[in-house]
Amino acid sequence: MDLILVNLIDGLVTGLLLFMLSAGLTLIFSMMGVLNFAHASFYMLGAYFAYQISTYVGFWMGLLIAPPIVGLVGAAVERYGLRRVHQYGHVPELIFTFGLALLIEELVKFIWGNDQIPYQIPEILEGAAFSISSYDIPAYKVFMIFLSLAIFLGLLYVLTRTRVGMIIQAALSYPRTVEALGHNVPLVFMGVFGVGTALAGVAGVIAGPVLSTFPGMAVVLGSIVFVTIVIGGLGSLGGALVAALIIGWLTTFAKAYNVRMEDILTGLGFNKPDPIWDSAWRDLWTLTSPQIADILPYLLMVLILVFRPYGLFGKRDV
Amino acid sequence: MTDTAQTSQARAQGGVTLSAALPWIIAGLFLLVMPFIFQSNSAITIMNQMAITIIFALSYNMLLGQGGMLSFGHAVYMGVGGFLCVHIMNWEIFGSLPLPILPIFGGIFGLILALIVGSFSTRKAGTVFAMISLGVGELIAACSVIIVVFFGGEEGISGDRTYGLPFFGIEFLTQIEVYYLIAFWLLVSALLMYLFSRTPIGRMANAVRDNPERAEFLGYSARWVRFYSFIAAGFFAGIAGGLFAINYEILTEENLNLHTSGSILLVTFLGGVGFFFGPIIGAIVFTLLQTVLSLETELWALYVGALFVATVMFFPGGLSGVLMMHGTPIKLGKWRMLVKPYIKVLVPAVLCILGLAGFIELMFHARHAAIGESEMTLFWTTFDHSNPMPWIVFAVLALGGFWLARKGSPELTGAWHEANTPDEVSE
Amino acid sequence: MTTALEITNLRKSFGQTEIIRGVNLEIKDDERHAVIGPNGAGKSTLFNLITGRFPQTAGVIQLHGKDLSGKAPYEINRMGLSRSFQITNIFPKMTVFENVRCSLLWSLGYKYSFWNMVSKSRALNEGAEAILEQINLTARRDLPAGLLSYAEQRALEIGITIAGGADVILLDEPTAGMSHSETDYIVELIRKVTVGKTLVMVEHDMGVVFGLADKISVLVYGEIIATGAPEEVRANPRVQEAYLGEAMEAGH
Repeated sequence: MDLILVNLIDGLVTGLLLFMLSAGLTLIFSMMGVLNFAHASFYMLGAYFAYQISTYVGFWMGLLIAPPIVGLVGAAVERYGLRRVHQYGHVPELIFTFGLALLIEELVKFIWGNDQIPYQIPEILEGAAFSISSYDIPAYKVFMIFLSLAIFLGLLYVLTRTRVGMIIQAALSYPRTVEALGHNVPLVFMGVFGVGTALAGVAGVIAGPVLSTFPGMAVVLGSIVFVTIVIGGLGSLGGALVAALIIGWLTTFAKAYNVRMEDILTGLGFNKPDPIWDSAWRDLWTLTSPQIADILPYLLMVLILVFRPYGLFGKRDV
Repeated sequence: MTDTAQTSQARAQGGVTLSAALPWIIAGLFLLVMPFIFQSNSAITIMNQMAITIIFALSYNMLLGQGGMLSFGHAVYMGVGGFLCVHIMNWEIFGSLPLPILPIFGGIFGLILALIVGSFSTRKAGTVFAMISLGVGELIAACSVIIVVFFGGEEGISGDRTYGLPFFGIEFLTQIEVYYLIAFWLLVSALLMYLFSRTPIGRMANAVRDNPERAEFLGYSARWVRFYSFIAAGFFAGIAGGLFAINYEILTEENLNLHTSGSILLVTFLGGVGFFFGPIIGAIVFTLLQTVLSLETELWALYVGALFVATVMFFPGGLSGVLMMHGTPIKLGKWRMLVKPYIKVLVPAVLCILGLAGFIELMFHARHAAIGESEMTLFWTTFDHSNPMPWIVFAVLALGGFWLARKGSPELTGAWHEANTPDEVSE
Repeated sequence: MTTALEITNLRKSFGQTEIIRGVNLEIKDDERHAVIGPNGAGKSTLFNLITGRFPQTAGVIQLHGKDLSGKAPYEINRMGLSRSFQITNIFPKMTVFENVRCSLLWSLGYKYSFWNMVSKSRALNEGAEAILEQINLTARRDLPAGLLSYAEQRALEIGITIAGGADVILLDEPTAGMSHSETDYIVELIRKVTVGKTLVMVEHDMGVVFGLADKISVLVYGEIIATGAPEEVRANPRVQEAYLGEAMEAGH
């Protein structure tokens, strides 16, 4: 029971982190129709910028300053890159962001090198916040949960209580109408892109110290973020939240509980081939849930796309 | 009726005309004599790699260029075809199988996988297709460490091509024999892919790419048109995989992952998706660039990435698009007036890029070199990065080149416009 | 004379709003039938229902006596019904010739074949040339279709629509946005290419309607309030009240 609670917390941390990334991605996609392949690269930039800033003025200033800088970089990318490519259509836009992801990774390697950098959690958050029986819950995880929740509440407030938020919300459901009303001024595009990438930046700042900060961190998380928004339904913020939590818990539990295919198969009445290393089915028999934890999201996505092409909460066509 | 109409009608009614076959005959001869011009083993290795990349890129362009489907997971069809071929090499039956027909099995396996994936992924083009291709690609790549029986885990699987039935006495022990095998398959696959684009389904693939809805109202289901293109692309990717297996005799997870899928997108787009020969140019240029640059600098991936982003932004037609832009001036006989403005812009531009690259290399060296090692060699000269002189030289080159190229560009724009406008001839 | 297209009690709702509210329509073979009505009456929706672009909420659409419900656009097209669009809908990157040739492929039985070369087929190429000749675009043959003038693109669209040899042709506002001389040109073109075929068209220009149509149906708020020969419709008081009136004065 306690282990379940611990895993629930762990999965929540992963899920909220995923949602912070997918929320920005969804906002950008809904407004501009662009699936930003480089989104996770902005997450990586967040971590690296924060590290650089923290070496001078400490972690907290990094948390404060790095996301706006990432947002500015994002806005500049929209203004000078994406806007230009926009005229060629959606597929070239997607290709552009893909190229951008490559370029950012190489730039990061150029500036900070190929190896992991020593970006660490601040001293005040080291150690455990509380424990559940014998399991310690690190203070940093609690901090991550509260910070993400605070950001979502802020986002929710902006989206539902402010004028800009209304326009964005309207664009989520009726992109063409909003465009026709003359709201989609380039500035709004640039702003949404900037805010979306800044959100990714925040995720990078807080995830960098625990998931380690290295040039491959964008690739590691990038595809999963896409999977999240595809499962949730492209353009649906609520869907992104649900999908992010599902993926967070699914992978955490799959890793925590060693469910073995052998047990399932014997339970179903199959006989284990002997010797196992000679059998063509040995991979099936030796399969364990931690082994496949990382591919479960992809599997889920393929299944969802086969049976519900618009995702869990998706309404509109792409 | 115009002249062009008459000529193409003549082509329509005749058999295979010389002008249609000529490019293929030249390509064949070219492939035949290449090993005599570049005899070194390393050159042949590069050519083999190039040829495999060309087939793979052409197959990728059946999706992206011809069918409007952006795939982030095309490597799996090549990879899976390749894995199967390595397995066949390890089977006993391989002893009674001539090596040159092995790629067909790779093709068939690629086709079968495409058949399964295509059955649900081709419902939509655009973003949805791209995402499914990414998901399926990642899924299969991740499976490679789980399904060890087929993918061999982290070390992959390897075989020996020479165990096959000798083919007219050839046992494919040397690189040059493998080269001719690959060259043969390159010619055959390229020709087949070209002909495919000229069939009803190939034409409709273009139509569906441009306007799927209209195609539906012409009696074609956009989904089935995409599906057929998709499995054909899977087949040729599998052929490329089979050739990869023959050439390298080993396949690993690397042949399946996003990185490989991404680079084929890069290759194809650099070459240009708008023309059939675009991916061929892309594969040749990219392989050369990769080989040459990776020998010279650690930062080659950075340069390639920058080149790619610049291509998407400024030349969405890729290299072949840029080349074909010159068709009109040549047809009008006005290309000569472009030469001088080109020199005025391109020479400073090249200097600017070299200066910039030099500056970047200096920065990289200054930042990452081991302490005490301040000497570096660049452009065949050795200098010290703590010395301000090289910094100044490269900065001047970059800025000066940029300034000169910018200064010359209005003239080029003017000349370009002029060269593309037909003279007003009084008739 | 047999019935080409028969619509019975057709209904379509989008959410709460009912756009088509029980339409009944019978169109005979070789008839030129115009559907007119004020903006928002549901004319384009009616076309989209007939051609399978949207599913109907209730009712039956029959083409030559066969039910069309649940059929995809491409299946309906194969049964002999072809349409044009209100907003020009062609293949802009392909040449004019390719546009026409593609629209001939299915009807000439090429289906999804990958063993035929399109350039080798005499029937295809000559057929496409003949249609280009009919729509007067032979001189533009090798231009990308996106570069044609607006009127030329509309002509090409009509060419694509008729190329497949369908015997029921639906034209959605073929003269929308055209100048007088362009309109005259397109009307002549339509007259020429639909000889021996059933034509159903949505049109706003009363000159065009009364010049081309044998029969007119008036659609108002999702219902057909009158159907008949032009003179009958013109004289119908309900029609005059609901819609025509001034427009008819202007048309004549």
